[in-house]
This record gives sequence, structure tokens and C-alpha cells, in this order.
Amino acid sequence: MKLDKISKNLLEKIANLHDIPDGAVSFRKNGKGEIVRSTPNIEIVRKEDGSGIDIFVHSSCQHEACHIPVVVSENGFFDTVYNDFYIEDGADVIIVAGCGVHSNTEAGHNGIHTFHIGKNAVVTYLENHLALGSGQNKMLNPVTEIKLGQGSKMTMETNQLGGVDYSDRVTRACLLEDSTLTVHEKILTSRFNVAKTNFKVNLKGKNSKCNIVSRSVARDESEQIFKSDLQGKNLCFGHVECDGIVLDKAKIDSVPKVSAHSNQASLSHEAAIGKIASEQIVKLMTLGLSEKEAEEKIIEGFLK
Amino acid sequence: MIELKHIYYTIKDGDKEKTILEDINCIFDDDCVTAITGQNGSGKSTLTKLIMGIINPTSGKIYFNNIDITDKSVDERAKMGLTYAFQQPITFRGITIKELIDIASNEDNSIPKACEYLSKVGICAKDYINREFDKTLSGGEQKRIELALTLAKCGKCIIFDEPEAGIDLWSFERLNNIFEKGICYIVVSHQTRLLERADKILVLDKGKIKNYGISAEVIKHLSSYQCKRVSED
Repeated sequence: MKLDKISKNLLEKIANLHDIPDGAVSFRKNGKGEIVRSTPNIEIVRKEDGSGIDIFVHSSCQHEACHIPVVVSENGFFDTVYNDFYIEDGADVIIVAGCGVHSNTEAGHNGIHTFHIGKNAVVTYLENHLALGSGQNKMLNPVTEIKLGQGSKMTMETNQLGGVDYSDRVTRACLLEDSTLTVHEKILTSRFNVAKTNFKVNLKGKNSKCNIVSRSVARDESEQIFKSDLQGKNLCFGHVECDGIVLDKAKIDSVPKVSAHSNQASLSHEAAIGKIASEQIVKLMTLGLSEKEAEEKIIEGFLK
Repeated sequence: MIELKHIYYTIKDGDKEKTILEDINCIFDDDCVTAITGQNGSGKSTLTKLIMGIINPTSGKIYFNNIDITDKSVDERAKMGLTYAFQQPITFRGITIKELIDIASNEDNSIPKACEYLSKVGICAKDYINREFDKTLSGGEQKRIELALTLAKCGKCIIFDEPEAGIDLWSFERLNNIFEKGICYIVVSHQTRLLERADKILVLDKGKIKNYGISAEVIKHLSSYQCKRVSED
């Protein structure tokens, strides 16, 4: 399959792909599954109503990647996709998702991903979101539902790389015994962008662990709202860290909620939001960078 | 060469103006290590920050190699060849030591070349080169890396604000060895070893120059509390 220029550019940016990759893949463009390919270890099945795919990751899958990028390049098009992942016991899979929107009018994508993860599985989930084009209402609203089985580990890296006018990302997870969820989120907003993030994690199982780290940079007059809700009902550990840099007239709100319903639950939240430390800018200027270059370097490092 | 002419620096102190530096006139020569010393609050760090452009004088002129740099920004001065090592090193998130060395030297150094700068300040380079320059490094490590960055910058005028603070004696000896010929070094310090190493000493007292001259002469007139030795511990 030959990729058009816009798709190629978006895929490079959201998934570091220069072409349709080998292995398990589903490429969805403007609401249509352009390509679906399975492997013996990862079976991808189109839903009959065309609303998405079911992905079956077998126990035999060991450190194998599955790419499921989405592109919306049609002006005015809003796509909603439902992807369900069934991860068998002991599987180890890397899922590269993400969505790129290129539109000169309003356009958007709602990706609803549900993970059913068995016991002792390892899931790495990478999700980048980017919007390009001159349109003023480019929306991305990812919803991720996770049921993390006993002894399983999931690492989620989610990045909003810029250009998204409005996003409302919701992540809900239920962690069973001895399971671990690690989330790294990075969000960059500018102009009048609005980005909402909402994490709700139920540390249901004994000895379950959750660590969420959110780093965000808000520029111009953009707004970000970060909400987290950790619930511990057992011997468990949960930590949420929200660090933000606010520039210009932007705003960042961090709204933590931690609910310990057991004296063995250890839950914490920390947030540090502010401008770039002026001494950091001055230090880089003493090394020869201009003020603007110094600011960019600090932001690049912060979001690295 | 740095020349200061009639430098005044005042700050607001409530409704009043407080003079931090008053009519400073002096020349810091090339191929010379000049130590600035004086009691706390005498204006030492303020003076070096003025030279680097981190703060601006209330009045007066600053010349670098006979060019008026009074109105130039920090980065413009850095590009002309001035550089500055902070008393408390500034750390960053997500920026590696190698990246900072590349910024300082304005080139994409090979790993061995970047490591050379670290080795000069007594750091086992391979353990550090790809580390972030963040708060997980100890104070002593940060200080040495700060010094390495000034070496990478290859400046014509290098300003150190209390370079001996927070480093051990062994590193202090290394510090003494990093001074190179042809450079104008300005070093804020209380330490006798550094004052003895300096070619000239400028003594500030309550924002004014109290004494300025050849170090062997000036040091005779310094009271014991104005200079102290690095602990042998």
C-alpha cells in the first residue's frame, strides 16, 4: 500500500513509521480500515459493523509489536473507533497507537480503547497525538479502559505533541492483585488549545501499584486541566505527579483526589506548576543561547 | 580585558534606594587571574553579575576589549567570549551533560571530546556524559560539571563565583590547575589558596573598592576573617 504525503508525514510524527510496518498492523484512515494484518501471535479482527478492531494477543506473543495508527486527513471528518484488546496470560506486547489529524477545517478522532489483560502479562502502550493544518477545531478524545490482571504490568506513554485544539482524555483502570500500572503523559498546548486529562485508577487488588507522571507545557492562552482520582482499598501503592510549565497567559489546573479506604493503602499526589525558572534561562544564555533558544531547550528537556 | 567605569548599582529598599556598588572603576587584565574578595554583602557577586549582564548597572559603563557591552544581553556577551560559573550550579530536567557541553562549545562534540572536559575537572567522564544535569547529582558533582562547562565554552573572560564552594580539597587542587594563559579570569573567593594563586586581588568593602593590586601585597592587609583555608578534611 502506498501512503499519501499527508499520511506519511503524520505516521512519521506519531509513530515514527516511514511506511506501513511489517508484523501485526491496523491502519485506519478517515474512518476506514485501510489495512489489517495479523501474525501468528497477534490476531487483528475487524468488527463487523466497521466501528473498530478486536486485537487478540496470544500467550505466545513475546515482545512483539503491534501498530495501530489512525489518520484523519479529510476536512470536516470526525471518526470514532472502538478497539478492544484481549491480552492472554503471560503475553508480552508493545502496542503503538496514536492519531494524527490534518485538516483545514474542523476534524477529529475519538479512540475508545479497552484492554482486557490476563495474568502476568506485560503491555507497553505508546500513544501519540498530533494535529496539523489550518483548521481551528481539531479534536482528539482518547478513552482508555484498562482491566489489569493479577501480576500484570502495563506501561502507558501518551503524548499530545501539539496542534490539538481540544482534547479530553480519559483513562480508567482497575488493578488486580500484584499488578502495576505506570503512566507517563506529556502534553503541549498553545494558542487557545484546551486539554483535559482525567485519570481514575482503582487499586483493587492487594499489592497493586500505580505511578502516574504528567508533564505539561501550556503556552499562549491555552488551558490544561489535570484530574486524577486514586482509590486504594487494600495494601497498595499509588502516586500521581503533575509537573507543569505555564508560559504567557496560559493556565494549568491540577485537581487531585486520593481516597484511601484501607490503612494499608499508600497514596500520594504532588504537583509543581509554574513558569520556567529565570536562572535556568540565564544559565543557558551564559553558554550562548538566546532567551528564546534557552526557553525552547528547557521545554524540550522537560518534555523529554 | 574588562574595564569598569563609574559603575553604580542601587536597589529599592522600601521607599529608599540602597546602594550596593558605588563608583567602581577598575580593569581586569587578560592573562591574569583576578580574585574579588570581601565580606558577605560587600557586592562581590553583584559585581560579577553586572559584568556578565545578568543584572544591569544603575549607571556607568562596562567595556570588553574596549567595546562597550553595557547594553548587551547575557547571550550577546557569551558569544563575545564571556562566560560565568554560578556559585550554586543551575540544574535542569531532561538536559544531559553532553547536551550542555555541546551548547557551551557550540558544536556537536564526539563523546571522547566531550569527556575530555569532564576529565579535566576530575570526573570519570563515561559515568556522567549521558546523565541529566539534575538534582540527583551531588553538590560537588554539580560544581565540577559547572566548571567543565566553562572550559567547554573556551571563553576569553571567565567569571567564577566562589568556585571552591562545595568541592573537596582534591577538586580544589584541580581547580587551581584549570587556569590557562591568555584568559581574563575573575574569581570571587574567600579562600587563601585561591587568593594566593591569583595574580591580583580586588577587595570590596560596603560596595566600594577598598584595595586593588598585586596579590602578594594586598593579601598582607587582609584580615583573617576575609580569607580562610579550605578544610583539610
